[in-house]
Amino acid sequence: MVRVVSRRLIQLFVTLIALMTLVFFWLRSLPGGPVDALLGERATPQTREALIRALGYDQPIWVQYGRFLKNVVTGNFGNSIRTGEPVTDVISRAFPATVELALAAILIAVGLGIPLGYLAARHRGRLLDNATIIVTLIGISIPIFFLGYLLKDWLTQDIHFFPPSGRISTGTDNTDVTGFFVLDGLLTREFDASADALWHLVLPAVTLATIPLAIIVRITRASVLDVLDEDYIRTADAKGLRNATIRKRHVLRNGLLPVVTTIGLQTGALLAGAVLTEKVYNWGGLGTLITDSISGSRDYPVLQALILLAAVVFIVVNLVVDLSYAFIDPRVRVQ
Amino acid sequence: MRAPRTVIAAGVIAAMTIGVAGCAESDRDNGEDQSNATGGTFIFAGAGDPKNFDPIFNDDGESFRPIRQMYETLVTHKPGTAELQGGLAESWSNDPTGKIWTFKLRQGVTFHDGTTLDAAAVCANFDRWYNMKGEAAQSQMIYYADVFGGFAGNPDAVYDNCKAPDASTAVVTMKKYKGAFPGAFALTAFSIASPAAMKQHGSDTVTQNGDSFSYSAFANEHPTGTGAFTFGGWNKATGEITLNKNANYWGEKAKVDKVIIKIIKDENTRKQELRAGTVQAIDFPAPADRKALADEGYQVLERPAFNILYLGINQKNNPKLKDLRVRQAIAYALNRAQLVQTKGPGGSVVADQFLPESVLGYAPDVQKYDYSVDKAKQLLSEAGATGLTLNFYYPTEVSRPYMPNPQEIFTVLANDLQAAGIKVNGVPRPWNGGFKDDVQQFGKQDLHILGWTGDYNDPGNFVGTFFGRPKVEFGDDAMADMFTAVGKADATVDQEAKRTAFEQVNRDLAAKWLPAVPIWHAPPAIVTTKEVQGLVPSPLTAEEFDTVSLTK
Repeated sequence: MVRVVSRRLIQLFVTLIALMTLVFFWLRSLPGGPVDALLGERATPQTREALIRALGYDQPIWVQYGRFLKNVVTGNFGNSIRTGEPVTDVISRAFPATVELALAAILIAVGLGIPLGYLAARHRGRLLDNATIIVTLIGISIPIFFLGYLLKDWLTQDIHFFPPSGRISTGTDNTDVTGFFVLDGLLTREFDASADALWHLVLPAVTLATIPLAIIVRITRASVLDVLDEDYIRTADAKGLRNATIRKRHVLRNGLLPVVTTIGLQTGALLAGAVLTEKVYNWGGLGTLITDSISGSRDYPVLQALILLAAVVFIVVNLVVDLSYAFIDPRVRVQ
Repeated sequence: MRAPRTVIAAGVIAAMTIGVAGCAESDRDNGEDQSNATGGTFIFAGAGDPKNFDPIFNDDGESFRPIRQMYETLVTHKPGTAELQGGLAESWSNDPTGKIWTFKLRQGVTFHDGTTLDAAAVCANFDRWYNMKGEAAQSQMIYYADVFGGFAGNPDAVYDNCKAPDASTAVVTMKKYKGAFPGAFALTAFSIASPAAMKQHGSDTVTQNGDSFSYSAFANEHPTGTGAFTFGGWNKATGEITLNKNANYWGEKAKVDKVIIKIIKDENTRKQELRAGTVQAIDFPAPADRKALADEGYQVLERPAFNILYLGINQKNNPKLKDLRVRQAIAYALNRAQLVQTKGPGGSVVADQFLPESVLGYAPDVQKYDYSVDKAKQLLSEAGATGLTLNFYYPTEVSRPYMPNPQEIFTVLANDLQAAGIKVNGVPRPWNGGFKDDVQQFGKQDLHILGWTGDYNDPGNFVGTFFGRPKVEFGDDAMADMFTAVGKADATVDQEAKRTAFEQVNRDLAAKWLPAVPIWHAPPAIVTTKEVQGLVPSPLTAEEFDTVSLTK
């Protein structure tokens, strides 16, 4: 196990160095850049030159690359061009927002997806099964943007039931401890703030959960159907084992393996989905940060750090998925 | 059958969620009621993040909005207009050379830290700007570099010194006359800050870190001016800037207890928040939404237009464009009246010159180019330019007050040009990802759309900015006589003579030079709920919230 993890860590390191190099040169090959973003429309040519010198853009690209590598290795990702704050501050503020949203979405997707998929499989060919297939097909095909605006229009504009955007009501006194607003409220006993944050979380989480939920339902259903057809289930049944025991020990355990893989993959996809969901709900997370950093300001420092972070998250999630195989199915040995 | 258990569990979770939500809802209601009882909280939805709160290091509207509530300038504008009036200075005058400016300061004004505003404090601000050390800091003082021509040691620098003969008189001496003053004294970037607070919180420390800069605690946590509101905090996780009523304000005190500026970048979400009643005012509504919101009973406050959208013509790449007749043909080909009607924000008007009517030097009798395909075709034929093909650059990923929908504007203009026989190659470029570079640095375009919102009431700020010096945008030194004329007009000290000079410049721009075609003046708007009273829209987008009150 230790060997597996350390090998993965080395892979991670090499991947990150390669990625950093790629990102550095790719961003600098794009038209436009931070100089324009920092200067706005009113700068004089002299100011522009002063800025280029101040930022060291007048030096050869390899000197800039060396400085960038040195900074990154020492944990200094620079300051955001858009807000002037250290990039680590910007990201550490946005990260919990996205994780909170993604966790809520995964909880909905897994919490509803596995039971629904299982139920559909158990009622194969009947009304519940057919309805599930149709609804999940819609769930997979509906664009997040469209669904988000649809939900918002209906639930926040037509009937004022949910708040239209943001993570907490404007002016709410919430103490920032972990950056997870729902948790912070509980930790600091500001239960109102916690409830308010949870209320704001519902629509974005449902929007973000739709696609993974539909996928998990379908995968669970298919996988459970496969297992139900296996000989050993018939044998267990014939032996007179209790239904519950068969379901728990044999059907679910064996049926869950492909589902876990899917959950892992979907967790990665959630980050991508978060870009759109966060835009729709003005959710100040990584998704918002990515769009802001690309479209408005060419915020290189933030973009570089974000791409590295995405790579780390993806690799770690994959590692966790691989390791969890061994726990679910003892026959699988991690190598 | 055990299966229904899952369903029951799901039902319980759903019920709990709704229960918790109910609590949240009622708490929110209570909060609103309480705040109204004490003067209330005015929540304004802005469209972007501010950079920091040190006026001199900023040049964008989103930073200036909170800064304007906390700081004041020596000279300011009459509410709702671009006309100058006293600010921190009750009166001001300048000598016949136009170089020496004397400000009589208001008495009894204190900064938020309790120190007194006097002439020494004013001079400390002027001296600070001029003597700012380090290229990092200087490169971020966009307005100062532009208006004052540079810093200590730079031969082009305009500022000379500031003297305080007594506590209420500040005398600022310039090395040469500059047409931008006194209008530019009203720029938010030149707000007067507390010297004590700046010293205490290291205001001048701007350090480079990676590809950007770090600012001081003064800029981020302790902005200290004399304004009607004090700094309450900037919660970056929720995107909220809180400003508190300044109980010691020298003038009429703010009517609301608190202002929260909430940053919501998506215009559709801003509108939804307004409809949900979670914010009371939104900036920059989509032009298409204005009518619907007005019909729903919201107040659509149009700012008097103080901007210009133009079709730029670059004479460098295509020799045909050097011919005035071809540029005139382009002007005749555009059906601007229809464009204004179909794509212009409410209240937009066709522009015949490059500055709004309220600015000194506006000439009522410039040559007009009313829509005429026939004239366009005839002029093209006379110039031997039939079959002309032009590269038309337009920006994407951007919305500006003068250009809310660049793609649509391009489409209409391109169709008009094609109808007159000019072939158009449309080249879309992201605003910060190539458009500004290609147009203003490299001059790759033949035609482009761009514009400007005025900073202060001076023709130099419009016409001078565009045509006062060679610019890549219009083909470098294509028109030397134009630069000379604009420069001369800008350097005229006597205001009446300056008016006459700029009127002539505007006539010549339309008839003789036509370096671009003015398209429209488009007033941006603010939309508020009915309960918001006293919000005066400003042509310079310089609204002050101390006059705002809330009724229920």
